[in-house]
Amino acid sequence: MIDSGDTAWMLAATALVLLMTPALGLFYAGLVRSRNTLNTFMMCIAALAVATVTWALVGYSLAFDGDAGIIGGLDHALLRDVAFEPREGTKIPHLLFMAFQASFCIVTTALVSGAVVERMRFGSFLAFAALWSVLVYAVLAHWAFGGGWLQAGGTLDFAGGIPVEMGSGFSALAAAMVVGARKDYGRQALLPHNAVYVLLGAGLLWFGWFGFNGGSGFSTGKPSVLAFTNTLLTPACTLVVWFALDLLRDRHVTAIGAATAIIVGCVGITPAAGFISPASAMLLGALAAVPSYIVIVWRPRTRLDETLDVLAAHGVAGLTGILFIGFFAQESWNGVADGLLFGDAAQLGHQALAVLVTPIYAFAMTFAILRVLGLVMPLRATAREEAIGMDVIQHGEEAYATGEGAILVAHEEPVPAIP
Amino acid sequence: MKLVIGIVRPEKANDVLEALYRAEVRGVSLSRVQGHGGELDRVETYRGTRVQMGLSEKVRFEIAVSDPFVQPTIDALCEGAQTGDVGDGKIFVVPLERVVRIRTSETDDDAVTPVRK
Repeated sequence: MIDSGDTAWMLAATALVLLMTPALGLFYAGLVRSRNTLNTFMMCIAALAVATVTWALVGYSLAFDGDAGIIGGLDHALLRDVAFEPREGTKIPHLLFMAFQASFCIVTTALVSGAVVERMRFGSFLAFAALWSVLVYAVLAHWAFGGGWLQAGGTLDFAGGIPVEMGSGFSALAAAMVVGARKDYGRQALLPHNAVYVLLGAGLLWFGWFGFNGGSGFSTGKPSVLAFTNTLLTPACTLVVWFALDLLRDRHVTAIGAATAIIVGCVGITPAAGFISPASAMLLGALAAVPSYIVIVWRPRTRLDETLDVLAAHGVAGLTGILFIGFFAQESWNGVADGLLFGDAAQLGHQALAVLVTPIYAFAMTFAILRVLGLVMPLRATAREEAIGMDVIQHGEEAYATGEGAILVAHEEPVPAIP
Repeated sequence: MKLVIGIVRPEKANDVLEALYRAEVRGVSLSRVQGHGGELDRVETYRGTRVQMGLSEKVRFEIAVSDPFVQPTIDALCEGAQTGDVGDGKIFVVPLERVVRIRTSETDDDAVTPVRK
């Protein structure tokens, strides 16, 4: 039975999640230097292109066909038999379920680009995105959502702490290690060129996240309402704590810190959104700020140029959220399971298992993909190209073209406007 | 006393600053300019419009130095800015008539010698 209310909300929620990818592009573009603005944004646009195609070809099928332990089947490859009948366990059309899940695969693929901006060649990123969206995202989505071994074993993940947040975060770590640091990293101050883009991007991401978490109940029922509301509460608490941490560290509340806090809060609540009470969600927001803040302060002191801190904002905050479920899940709110504090210690074990296994798989598989890809094509631009900027080198455009000194290349013979 | 003017690639500006620092040349002004020095034109495309970028972004260093510092300054500019491709830039050395340090009213060589402490 299709429920028209559920279907209406999921149509809107899918569009909301799709907005998160260009929002992420804006967020990332503001964080890089001006000569790499377009290239950084284009990596997110590339995810919209590549990950949508791979998802329709095989990704969706591998993630959601059947409930084998490790990986799904190929019966839904090319979206075969994905039509208007309700998807098992929901009251929405299977086709819409597929589109909603596609938007997750897209934004997650875009997230990983944050580790390699300002130096990875665009063509190599396209190839990487195609492989990663299938070999990492679809597999982890199967484990967490598609009836794979983690979900079957009792691990709870409401909206993607495993495939989306830990998946992207720990893949970003591997990608930064294989691609290597930017040539000026550790030598020059590499500063964000437009903090307003960063704030606007973070705000739009938060807006889209209401569809991301609120849609992950696939209905207009209680879990969706709880998840939606928690998506408001948690990031607000993360913001407050982040302000305090910023003040303690440097006597200023920073704008880029605030934008980061919004992301960290949204990420933290993602796995737990429909499983914990609103009060617990507020506590999660406050707690999740701390480990991510520590990693964000520590990472630039290392040689690791994980440029836009995907590990700290997504990997670590996602891990915090997944573990938090093990303590604070509350059956009276979610109707599914209790956590340690409400009498079920086993749930913490299920959550801890995901926290151990997901980072290892994401890291190892991403490392392998990039190493193999590196044998076939150069992964990064040359030092000279990096110095000139990826916008001009990779795209032949500038984000802030003045037009001064630009000479129109005339066509051999002007074409009449009206033939 | 000479005014050394160096016009270099913007992406090499930091290397030039480092080289000047190593050569103990301290007083530097720099500005962003646009110019054309015979380099191959870059073509950009925006929808149906193709344009040749006839002017390139450059950074212009202006460094006033006493005579013993002229050669080290030129060497530092060359070392920092050279890539070997067309478009590396130019150095112009012009004589200076007078220099005054505003803070102390010192003139000429004293005014272009960095304060030592």
